[in-house]
Amino acid sequence: MDAIFLQILNGLDKGSAYALIALGLTLIFGTLGVVNFAHGALFMIGAFVAVTLSKVLAISKVVLDPERLDFLGNPAKIKTPYVIEWFGSFGEWMIDYTIPLSLLLTIPIMIIIGVVMERGLIRHFYKRPHADQILVTFGLAIVLQELIKIFFGSEAVPMQTPDTFTGALDIGIWFGFNPGSVIYPYWRLVYFFFAAVVIGGVFSFLRFTTFGMVVRAGMADRETVGLLGINIDKKFTIMFGVAAAVAGTAGAMYTGVNQPVFHMGMDFLVLSFVVVVVGGMGSLPGAVAAGFLLGVLESFASMPGVKNAFEAIGLPSIDQIIIYLVAVIILLVRPRGLMGKVGVMEE
Amino acid sequence: MKKRMNDKLLILIFSVVILAFPLILAPTGAAYPDLMQRFAIYGIFAIGFNILFGLTGYLSFGHAAFLGVGSYAAMWMFKLLTMNIFPALILSVLIAGIFSLLIGFISLRRSGIYFSILTLAFAQMSYNLAYSVLTPLTNGETGLQLRLDDPRVLDTVVDAGSLPSTNLFGLEMKHVFWNPEILGYNLQFNYGFYVCAALLILSFYISVKIFRSPFGMMLRAVKTNQTRLNYTGISTRPYTLAAFVISGMFAGLAGGLLATMDPLAGADRMQWTASGELVLMVVLGGSGTLIGPVLGAIFIRYFNSVLSQINEFTLHAWFSFGPEWMTNLLVSIVDPFVGEGWELTLGALFMLVVTFLPGGLVDGGQRVGRWITGANRRAAKAREA
Repeated sequence: MDAIFLQILNGLDKGSAYALIALGLTLIFGTLGVVNFAHGALFMIGAFVAVTLSKVLAISKVVLDPERLDFLGNPAKIKTPYVIEWFGSFGEWMIDYTIPLSLLLTIPIMIIIGVVMERGLIRHFYKRPHADQILVTFGLAIVLQELIKIFFGSEAVPMQTPDTFTGALDIGIWFGFNPGSVIYPYWRLVYFFFAAVVIGGVFSFLRFTTFGMVVRAGMADRETVGLLGINIDKKFTIMFGVAAAVAGTAGAMYTGVNQPVFHMGMDFLVLSFVVVVVGGMGSLPGAVAAGFLLGVLESFASMPGVKNAFEAIGLPSIDQIIIYLVAVIILLVRPRGLMGKVGVMEE
Repeated sequence: MKKRMNDKLLILIFSVVILAFPLILAPTGAAYPDLMQRFAIYGIFAIGFNILFGLTGYLSFGHAAFLGVGSYAAMWMFKLLTMNIFPALILSVLIAGIFSLLIGFISLRRSGIYFSILTLAFAQMSYNLAYSVLTPLTNGETGLQLRLDDPRVLDTVVDAGSLPSTNLFGLEMKHVFWNPEILGYNLQFNYGFYVCAALLILSFYISVKIFRSPFGMMLRAVKTNQTRLNYTGISTRPYTLAAFVISGMFAGLAGGLLATMDPLAGADRMQWTASGELVLMVVLGGSGTLIGPVLGAIFIRYFNSVLSQINEFTLHAWFSFGPEWMTNLLVSIVDPFVGEGWELTLGALFMLVVTFLPGGLVDGGQRVGRWITGANRRAAKAREA
């Protein structure tokens, strides 16, 4: 029982990332009708905004201390990051909380990147076939990924979570399991709550604001909204920026879960597409639900017990491919996905 | 009425050009057997993909999986049966065909974007299967390699101390059978390239036949208006599935040939970026045209090999004509795109081609041709009059 509970928790953080990326994908798809293959790259860029911030904060002033010698006999170099020198303990706090602080940067940067991307490139592809849209965003994804590789190298960059949230929480005792049976890192819990807040925020933004109402109306019938004298294109452009920001913040926070590396976007992209298709193209709740569902399923398949059970009947373990298998089965049984409408984007 | 080149003439010209590759490519420095073989192999791969994407418009993002399956099948033939490439190629085509039948049967239940995503998911699944899940069959991360203690039941052991090389009924693939000096270039004619070239010409011939057949017409109708076909009472599924399987078999053949060139099969061949590169080849050359995919494949392979060899020193030598700051500036601009940065060039090229030249090189060439002959002006005049 506790093992199952642990796997559900383990699935939640990956599921959160899937759900956030899939949410952005669906948002772009529902408003602009474009399949954005560069969405994984946006996730990755968000992560590297956090990396950049941590590098900037770590820029240090080097002072030679003649009293102390290092092992070569030269004066020891004492490095103090400038932020600590300028702000004292507030500077230390800033370095400690790099990842959450990076959200302040990520959101405006990602909105700008999203708007530039839509106005500069994707706008020209609305009237082109879907294949062209896929191809051009695919090309963009490669370019962005390679640029990041040039600047940050191909190695994974280690990132520190804030001290308060390092370590793990014995979450099992809350639910009446034996102490030590369900241990869960704090940061993953933070990530899950963060995802919940973002998802809730996007939904309430669409549901309870006038802007959101107009966007939803535009998703339902773009032409009529346009005829009513509303500049729907501009609103959709902003929604593209919002979707980019969702992906970017998801990436920035994910640096605390896994070390960011230049190909992380591509790794998540394929799975996020599967999530979108399983959830039902164009359905926001479907994307979120499918994201969590597939994340949890994946972690169940990697349970030692399940692996052993498969080996016992002579099958290799399927944790690497379970998501794809489930996607195939769902598409065979229910082609429009879990919550999708019939005939969306079928040509 | 548009004039079309006689098919027989087209195939003849194509064959002559391909067979004369070692001679034609000598001045470009691309005439070494290894690269030419790659030209031919990826040409076959692209021709196959074009039958699916160019004719039906179904954009598959998973064809690299079939290439990989072909490679693995050929490798197992080399390990178990014989180093003769003939059975290996037949098996790789067959296995890739069966594999694509399975994947196509499921993926083709959907169209448009769903199809692309499904094939992408399948390709990624195959990659994961090959990389980790099916390690006993694929040797996982290391890749499948020849070993001295493989059974190879049909082969007689000649030299027990070294790994055998691939051959076609005794003709060794790597053997250079003619090494003349023509016009100051040292030319190399080897069996491997001519086997690939012969298969490329055969593939091209099949593709021409398919393009001109009623079957090809039906595939084009699918691209133009599938709904209308359905309302006419025609089920398009068998046609698209046939196209998918044919293109999968071509990919399997290409994969098998890659294994004959260098007896090694790894999972990285199946990664979805490899599928993306294939799509680029076809789009760059001109999808839906006969000669375009081969052009695109040669173009990409050529620039891949050329750009990968350039490093900072070569760049400095190139740009040394100006003052030093200009040299450094030019080098720092160009450097990310060459050598290790081939992928960046590829992505940028992808975007440029899709944005500005959706018809590919063939379309671009035709436009230039019309501009030179003044066909456009004449047509405009004719419209005015």
